[in-house]
Amino acid sequence: MANIEKNIIDGLTGLRDWVDDRFPLMQNWNEHLAKYYAPKNFNFWYYFGGFALLIFAIQILTGIWLTMNYKPSAAEAFASVEYIMRDVSWGWLIRYMHSTGASAFFIVIYLHMFRALLYGSYKKPRELLWLSGMGLYLVLMGEAFFGYLLPWGQMSYWGAQVIISLFGALPIIGDELSLWIRGDFVVSDVTLNRFFSLHVIAFPLLIFGLIGAHILALHEVGSNNPDGVEIKKNKNAEGIPVDGIPFHPYYTVKDIFGATVFLIFFFGVVFFMPEMNGYFLEHANFIPANPLKTPEHIAPVWYFTPFYAILRAVPDQLGGVIAMGLATNIFLLLPWLDRSPVKSTRYRGWNFRCALTLFIISFLVLGWLGMQPVTPLFTWMARFFSLVYFAFFLLMPFYTAIDNDKSVPDRVKD
Amino acid sequence: MPSYKQLYKLAFILLMVISVSASAAGGAKLMHMEVDLSNQESLQRGAKTFVNYCLSCHAAAYMRYNRMGKDLGISEDVLKANFMFGTDKVGETMTVAMTNPDSLRFFGVSPPDLSVIARARGADWLYSYFKTFYVDKSRPFGVNNLTFKDVGMPHVLWELQGAQRLAHVVSEDGAHHSPTYADLEIITPGTQSEEEYDQTVQDLVNFMVYLGEPIKLKRGKIGVWVLMYLFVFMIVAYMLKKEYWRDIH
Repeated sequence: MANIEKNIIDGLTGLRDWVDDRFPLMQNWNEHLAKYYAPKNFNFWYYFGGFALLIFAIQILTGIWLTMNYKPSAAEAFASVEYIMRDVSWGWLIRYMHSTGASAFFIVIYLHMFRALLYGSYKKPRELLWLSGMGLYLVLMGEAFFGYLLPWGQMSYWGAQVIISLFGALPIIGDELSLWIRGDFVVSDVTLNRFFSLHVIAFPLLIFGLIGAHILALHEVGSNNPDGVEIKKNKNAEGIPVDGIPFHPYYTVKDIFGATVFLIFFFGVVFFMPEMNGYFLEHANFIPANPLKTPEHIAPVWYFTPFYAILRAVPDQLGGVIAMGLATNIFLLLPWLDRSPVKSTRYRGWNFRCALTLFIISFLVLGWLGMQPVTPLFTWMARFFSLVYFAFFLLMPFYTAIDNDKSVPDRVKD
Repeated sequence: MPSYKQLYKLAFILLMVISVSASAAGGAKLMHMEVDLSNQESLQRGAKTFVNYCLSCHAAAYMRYNRMGKDLGISEDVLKANFMFGTDKVGETMTVAMTNPDSLRFFGVSPPDLSVIARARGADWLYSYFKTFYVDKSRPFGVNNLTFKDVGMPHVLWELQGAQRLAHVVSEDGAHHSPTYADLEIITPGTQSEEEYDQTVQDLVNFMVYLGEPIKLKRGKIGVWVLMYLFVFMIVAYMLKKEYWRDIH
């Protein structure tokens, strides 16, 4: 027996060496997993990057199988989705995984971004890591927007109609631009076809590339941690960070556990409440798209509602579009707006802590307001919280510069 | 490593998301009924009402007869004899002979396909809708509906329910109030008592909820197994993680 075992191991080692002479297999394995040293004090918030990668894989796989049966035409799209739900073997599961995956993606990404705010992960030297992540977020928004048109329900149709017409508010090029995006004077079969193409090819490719860049940037500068201490400043004789541990096996086994917990929640939704009371699958989207009948109440899916609330808060349409664009893109400036020498909230002063709390509250309230019908009270609330939202960013250079930060320890704490 | 704490936090966040979404829903004051998809007899009675009263004008073009038969425990012979009236084959979907131009001429609108109507409207809306037709001479079919104002559809279940009228819109103190469900009263009894009609409607809505998502009968049962597997796997994964991390702490 021992002989067979030895032969197998020798054979596999031989194969590995054969590949290694021709392809940097072990080099990459070591660089990104076995000898990538991550801080040993990662906490709960450090699960979400891995979850995002897992969801991306789920979306790609379920997307491939959905594409096998979905028909991107105005006449057939709605029916083909119901065909998937009823006649395709396990089609309902694939579809619910994909629709739940869309919302889960945003939940996870928002928590991942919150982690960066909490521990200053966007600060020097991680500016490009942050920018690539923001690029991913913006592309993901586009991906979700294109995908939402595909079921061709009333909300798909009118949501797309509203969002595309926003581009019409831009001066001079507005009308031409929205016409160019739609490919028609109203959202139509032409629009559906191109959105399908963008949703299944262009944007997934972009996301794939940006994930690669994001991980390369991360592994170049090394991971931040809840203490905001650079572990590379403390290396032992072999040049290994004293507070670092190899990503594999320590964080791979930890992430396998985390991913399982995540999947319990994920499949809890998929099997027991796939509509999530109309928040993941909107009720009105079970009515086929009707270009002649505008629904009473058009609301985007929950993950866009904070920005929708900001759009509606501004009385002028062009102003609203600009405010919404700013609200989504202003995150890009964070590394340069933050003047504090300290990364982690653990050692920051109360200025930043209060500002972050107020920002999170306004983001959540705006998200809720974006789902509500317009009333004078809600409009004023949206205006107030939009101001808080922007103040968090625009006043940051001032309140972080004069914050009473604490001294940061040299080593990470357990 | 305080993994319990982490687990707890994750659970907390997800529960927040769920409860916020749950509490934000609703608002309209519809009559409420409990949907019970485990009651196969109710689903069968609902299917019968559906094919007899709805399927002449409305289609359910995404639903196959034999799928319904299989899911609701109806044999193909019974299906053919009691649930299918056209020349359809059991593998076909529930379409109607009436063409769009015809229906437009008859009703002013094309009757919508009912396959997923329960997912769009919700069970309570349908339940309320079927119970709140009332006599209104100003409408083409002589009836209006309190849940769906000026609906183009006649009260096809009137034989069963009888005719209702809207009373008491003027309160006793003389003030007008907008009509509510409490203002409806039967003026001509139908072939069913109020309790029987209520049951008929509940069966019908039950069936329509099934019709909206046939897999709903099974997905929860499959889900239990999936979650049980994941729970066991989670314990193993946790023990593996603990074993590896022994040398860190």
